Amino acid sequence: MTVATSTPARAARTAAPARSALSRQRIRAAWLFLLPMLLVLALVAGWPLVRTVALSFTDATLKADRPSRLVGFDNYLFYGPNRGDWDDKLGGYYVFYDPKGANLVWKPEEGRFWDIDQNKPVDYDVDTSGIFSWQGLLVDPVWWRSVGNTVLFAAISVTIETILGLVIAMTLNAHLPGRGLLRAAVLIPWAIPTIVSAKMWGWMLNDQYGVINEVLLSLGVITHRIAWTAEPGLSMASVIAVDVWKTTPFMTLLILAALQMLPGEVYEAAKVDGVRPWRVFTRITLPLIWPALMVAILFRALDALRVFDLIYVLTSNSINTMSMSVFARQQSIDFQNMGFGSAASTLLFLIIAVLAALWMVAGRVRFDR
Amino acid sequence: MTRASRRRAGRTLFYLLVVAIIVYTVFPFYWAVVSSLKTGQQLFGTDLVPSAPTFDNYVSVFREQPFLTNIINSLIVAGSTVLVCLALSVSAAYALGRVRFRGRGTILMLILAVSMFPQVAVLTGLFELVRWAGLYNQLGSLIVSYMIFTLPFSVWVLTTFMRELPRELEEAAIVDGARPWQILVRVFLPLLGPALATTGLLAFIAAWNEFLFALTFTLTNEVRTVPVAIALISGATQFDIPWGNIMAASVVVTVPLIILVMIFQRRIVSGLTAGAVKG
Repeated sequence: MTVATSTPARAARTAAPARSALSRQRIRAAWLFLLPMLLVLALVAGWPLVRTVALSFTDATLKADRPSRLVGFDNYLFYGPNRGDWDDKLGGYYVFYDPKGANLVWKPEEGRFWDIDQNKPVDYDVDTSGIFSWQGLLVDPVWWRSVGNTVLFAAISVTIETILGLVIAMTLNAHLPGRGLLRAAVLIPWAIPTIVSAKMWGWMLNDQYGVINEVLLSLGVITHRIAWTAEPGLSMASVIAVDVWKTTPFMTLLILAALQMLPGEVYEAAKVDGVRPWRVFTRITLPLIWPALMVAILFRALDALRVFDLIYVLTSNSINTMSMSVFARQQSIDFQNMGFGSAASTLLFLIIAVLAALWMVAGRVRFDR
Repeated sequence: MTRASRRRAGRTLFYLLVVAIIVYTVFPFYWAVVSSLKTGQQLFGTDLVPSAPTFDNYVSVFREQPFLTNIINSLIVAGSTVLVCLALSVSAAYALGRVRFRGRGTILMLILAVSMFPQVAVLTGLFELVRWAGLYNQLGSLIVSYMIFTLPFSVWVLTTFMRELPRELEEAAIVDGARPWQILVRVFLPLLGPALATTGLLAFIAAWNEFLFALTFTLTNEVRTVPVAIALISGATQFDIPWGNIMAASVVVTVPLIILVMIFQRRIVSGLTAGAVKG
């Protein structure tokens, strides 16, 4: 990756002859030229990000039929009665029913329970009542399941895509007739919208009429039709398979670009020395394309970690494949729970940022080759 | 085994690999095309070539829902996104690619970070903004929100292209007393034609394919874009999904893309790799 920062020398030469008024004028013009783009990015990316984090500390709902209030870290973690028992009619206190049948509300500002039928405070031991428990995103098993799903999905699909991408890129790099045709064929999955590819594969993997079941049945590989996208053990594998099909081309192109920049002399020398192809690959090709490979994997992994379309269409809201993005959108839009959904979005952002940073350190990714 | 026969075996294996790759990448789309031409019981068979191809599915997908409107919506959204995005990014790319100033590296890193951004992370904040601006369930909401992923990418790619242009051109113009704005419009813009075409095409494809924002910020059938329309095609019951219609709709929206990609193959490859590896 060569970012502009890596070639300051050339820019310095451009500016060198007339450092002074002319160059000051150019710099001022440069900022003016940048301003519209920066303003738009601040409006559509910066501000919404700030607002999403801010909303995660409120109890905002999508309906917006009542003013939202600050609830601190309650969306993330709090010790209290179940959030589902919130009741607006009773002044917004938590409502629940004690084992003896009394209707109780918790008044946070008084720090005690009230019996709403008799309208008087009750002494109720919070710790032994069993009514209070840890609540919030950080102890939500569905959220952690979706985090696990997402990481599993990203790790496996990116690994397969990298290996497959390497194979296809090396094939494309070989000088064979019909290379253009092969490259065109490889680009097809990339050009197809994710929704369309999810639907196409959904049809092929259909349990009743899918062509994959038909072919496997007639080959005798399976004895009965399989619900590929619905069976708990198989749905994640299906999602990964479709993602591999759709995004391997991107990986292939990035690896191919790296392969085409390799110096030919090294290979000539290796050929003269009679080095075996596998050794050529592991000792020459792989080390040389390593930096580009790390960057390509980072790009793909960041893309895989935010996966939404494919899973939403192929397996809808199934817990077996739910990703972080699907969870966050389901909470904030489908369940209209904007505050809680924003907390999920914020945590998703942090998790992806941490994973990206770890990868950049571990893989020694540098953006200035 | 002799050397020649071993080489022949190697070559055969190699071509088998090539054929396998082509079948793997092309077959799913081929199957969608074949399925879209079948109706009734035929649809559930495994004929590789439909015995009696019909266009019934295509007719019904346009008749049973406002699919033409959806296509026009997608064209409007993707087209406007490309125009706004190119206008904003070409001037930014000039500043980033041709002028050396403090903070340039930071801005480039910022742009890279935004381009890798998980879109869900801004979903609720953006929803609030869209509703505040009165753009909910309007195409405008999509054009605005699509800047989030098209703009960083376009700035990045155009900056790489811009940096590769010879600096003598610019020096001559500076000597002639041209202002930065004139340099951009008169000197660089004519040279950037191919780069703009590549970037515009990639931005168009990204906007055409976008799903998350389109699903969230639109509500009624008449405002939906193509991906959402296809995702939401449903039958009377869960077991009555009109697969023929879905495949027909999929083919309709994918064929133009594939043709574009085939025509601009080289450009797309260079744009993608400039955006990722080189850039």
